[in-house]
Amino acid sequence: MRGKVSGKVVKSNQPINFLGSVDKKTGEVTDQKHDLFGKKIAGSILVFPNGIGSSVGAYTIYSLKSNNSAPAAMACQKVDLTVASGCALANIPLFILSPDEYENMKDGDEISLG
Amino acid sequence: MELTKDEEKSLNGEHGEALQTAYRILSATGEATDAEKLVPIHWAHVSGVNYNTIGDAGEEFLATISKNAKFKVRTTVNPMGYDKDSVEKFGLDENFIQKQESIRESYKKMGVTPSFSCIPYEIYDMPQEGTQVAFAETNAAIYANSIGKLKTNKESAFSALASAITGKSPYSDLRKDDSPTMSIAMKVSDPNELTFGLLGYFAGKVADKSVAISGVKNLDKRCNKSLCASMGTSGTCGKFVLDDNSDASEKVDFDEKEMQKVYDELNTAESGDLITLGSPQLGLEEMNDLASMLKGRAFKKRCLIFCPRPIQEQARHLGYAGQLESAGCELMSDCCTCLTPLVTKKDADSVTTNSIKGAYYLKNSNGLDVNLKPLSEIVRDETS
Repeated sequence: MRGKVSGKVVKSNQPINFLGSVDKKTGEVTDQKHDLFGKKIAGSILVFPNGIGSSVGAYTIYSLKSNNSAPAAMACQKVDLTVASGCALANIPLFILSPDEYENMKDGDEISLG
Repeated sequence: MELTKDEEKSLNGEHGEALQTAYRILSATGEATDAEKLVPIHWAHVSGVNYNTIGDAGEEFLATISKNAKFKVRTTVNPMGYDKDSVEKFGLDENFIQKQESIRESYKKMGVTPSFSCIPYEIYDMPQEGTQVAFAETNAAIYANSIGKLKTNKESAFSALASAITGKSPYSDLRKDDSPTMSIAMKVSDPNELTFGLLGYFAGKVADKSVAISGVKNLDKRCNKSLCASMGTSGTCGKFVLDDNSDASEKVDFDEKEMQKVYDELNTAESGDLITLGSPQLGLEEMNDLASMLKGRAFKKRCLIFCPRPIQEQARHLGYAGQLESAGCELMSDCCTCLTPLVTKKDADSVTTNSIKGAYYLKNSNGLDVNLKPLSEIVRDETS
């Protein structure tokens, strides 16, 4: 899913288990062990290594969009079916980054992708 | 990814909206995983059934797609959000029940086999080795690949649903015959099912698509399931092979130190207000085994046992269910220990369990602390 999109980078160095870690209504990260704990991902360019864990995370991503709490785009190092299918159905642009591109994105940067 | 003429037509909407949505999902996942084509699959196991997890957006999505979609292959489904025979235990409102029943109805319309279980591999006949299937529910996908010797991607809820509707799935990595690039040496002696669960959680964190495990022989079903469920929770790994002679390039040890790290991450309470067993749900063997362990004993605290409905019925017929109930167990079917509104902060501050997967979701989704112990210790400490 591609498309020109702009926003502020919210970056994590840990994979995200959407079902377990993100509130599907508010987009807040609820996993206390996660480096994004307490952050809200709505409207952001969410940058993280890859999705992990529950297959139902695809519905979490889809729900975020319905609840207007979804990131403007996601950018990962590695693909996984949960994030790919969730973003596809929710029409959230998903980018797969090279190691350099990933490294160069810093938390808080205002960027454009696509 | 190359599509056939017929698949292209479906993607363009010439065969209706439901197929178009399904092919859109498969195109996205196929492209994302560099699959060169779609292949037929012979069984789909779909997740995304529990209203508590998929919510209103999910319920509406299923209501819409089920207007026209029909499953092309045997399609089983994951647990839902409650046990209709024990509604009063859940403290649910009418809206929850109505929405959950709408979800059940949507799946029924599409032609589902109403398993409401995360262990379809213990309820239904397994196809021959090498058969391509599409399993969401990570514990089932890993079990299928590693023990059933079937072939499946670690499907998402949507990709499994799309495969059920089309009878196809992208020919991605786990469907091919790949060798693991990492081997984990099991260095903990006298392991029980909790140890294997901790190993699985560790393996999920360090390994990529598939992993070899050395130093392990003959896992029983409980240990296998524990390993599969925990591995699915922590990472992207979708398959393990027991191999003492792997030529994997990366070698890692799972020793007492690594085990303790995982344990400390997931064990957040010294005791539990109640006990839950069954993530994954218990099968018939485990019910029989537990009934034997509990002979002449009874739990001092509330103990919830989760098993599939067909298994509960068999267990009742064989007497195990009665024995477990005499020991103070409450049997729940069609639902899950951790992602339902059954056990919330209103009912308890902490839960005792032997399930790594259960521990993760009880903490992260239900907000409860977990006292993690192997089953033998739970029976020893919590009964009299």
